[in-house]
Amino acid sequence: MEHYLSLFIKSIFIENLALSFFLGMCTFLAVSKKIETALGLGIAVILVQMITVPANNIIYQFLLKDGALAWAGYPDVDLSFLGLISYIGVIAAMVQILEMAMDKFAPALYNALGIFLPLITVNCAILGGTLFMVERDYNLAESAVYGVGSGLGWAMAITAIAGIREKLKYSDVPDGLQGLGITFITAGLMALGFMAFSGIQL
Amino acid sequence: MANAIKSSVVDPLIDNNPITLQVLGVCSALAVTTNMTAALIMSIALTTVTAFSSAMISSIRNHIPSSIRIIVQMTIIASLVIIVDQLLKAYAYDASKQLSVFVGLIITNCIVLGRAEAFAMKNPPVLSFFDGIGNGLGYSLILMIVAFFRELLGTGKLFGHVVIPVANEGGWYMPNGLMLLPPSAFFVIGLIIWLVRSVKREQIESADYQIHQVHRTEVL
Repeated sequence: MEHYLSLFIKSIFIENLALSFFLGMCTFLAVSKKIETALGLGIAVILVQMITVPANNIIYQFLLKDGALAWAGYPDVDLSFLGLISYIGVIAAMVQILEMAMDKFAPALYNALGIFLPLITVNCAILGGTLFMVERDYNLAESAVYGVGSGLGWAMAITAIAGIREKLKYSDVPDGLQGLGITFITAGLMALGFMAFSGIQL
Repeated sequence: MANAIKSSVVDPLIDNNPITLQVLGVCSALAVTTNMTAALIMSIALTTVTAFSSAMISSIRNHIPSSIRIIVQMTIIASLVIIVDQLLKAYAYDASKQLSVFVGLIITNCIVLGRAEAFAMKNPPVLSFFDGIGNGLGYSLILMIVAFFRELLGTGKLFGHVVIPVANEGGWYMPNGLMLLPPSAFFVIGLIIWLVRSVKREQIESADYQIHQVHRTEVL
């Protein structure tokens, strides 16, 4: 239990996808002007991450890994080169299914998330989460915990930067830094803040 | 035609740079820039993938139903990235270990999909190919500049060769460790944007909220 708890904390704070691995930066910078939209996108990322990381873990463990096809009678087959294309396929399909399911069962949430759901397919944080899961060889339970944790960390980071940017628009920024430039500097300062967690050993 | 090709290669370098103006492909620009070798390999990989995916998508653009176009584009891009990934694993294993997940993440690099959507779906294959090259080079340019400063100031080296002898190896330069850590990448790109926009003033974004200038005459 302790192991999972520390993995959870680690994936939220110490190995924050947005601020220490720079994943999902395009959306992080482009969709962080308002807190509400940032929060909506954050929730969508948590949902998708929660489903896709374990789903890809199952695919990796039972189909793609070296020797994973032993149960089907092919112990020498190594399909790991097909990884990338399967993961992105799973992500695209999952996002589509989630979209349809939400449209049917939670229309309010579906309308709130709007265009963000399809955008998530190309968010590097999602594919990044899966690739880190594969690289670190997590088992199913670990990958479920990692999925939720990393999604939560990303959602927190984008909500925080949206909050800062809402205040920032009242400040007197030099012309050349207006908009994108100052957002980069702000994100840098946030990353600096998050580095305070990096000394924590769990 | 020749002019169109030239402008599609040259424009994205500074005037319409994917990173500093279009905000595309920022993730990997930040993550792989701690040393120039990694940045160079990443640049080559991305330029190749963008160029070929644009050309391929453009050549079948009239046959893709628009409702499933993202999936089709993703499949093409993913296949190209797998080829690049396998090539790197075969011929540059150390580099591929160092880039770890970021080669795979070229699939979701917004430059590739962004150019496929915005350019290749509307233009013929040859032009799309050069548009891909141009945008790849624009990305590479920023990547190399960032990596240059981060590696030089962070370790005193360029491409792994000592340029400035550092203090703990008998030299005079005390390396700035912050340059190797994530935050500095944000700062360096922020400063590059500032520099580019100070020169190219038409790229400056207008402020959402104008601060009211109070003149002395109004107060009195």
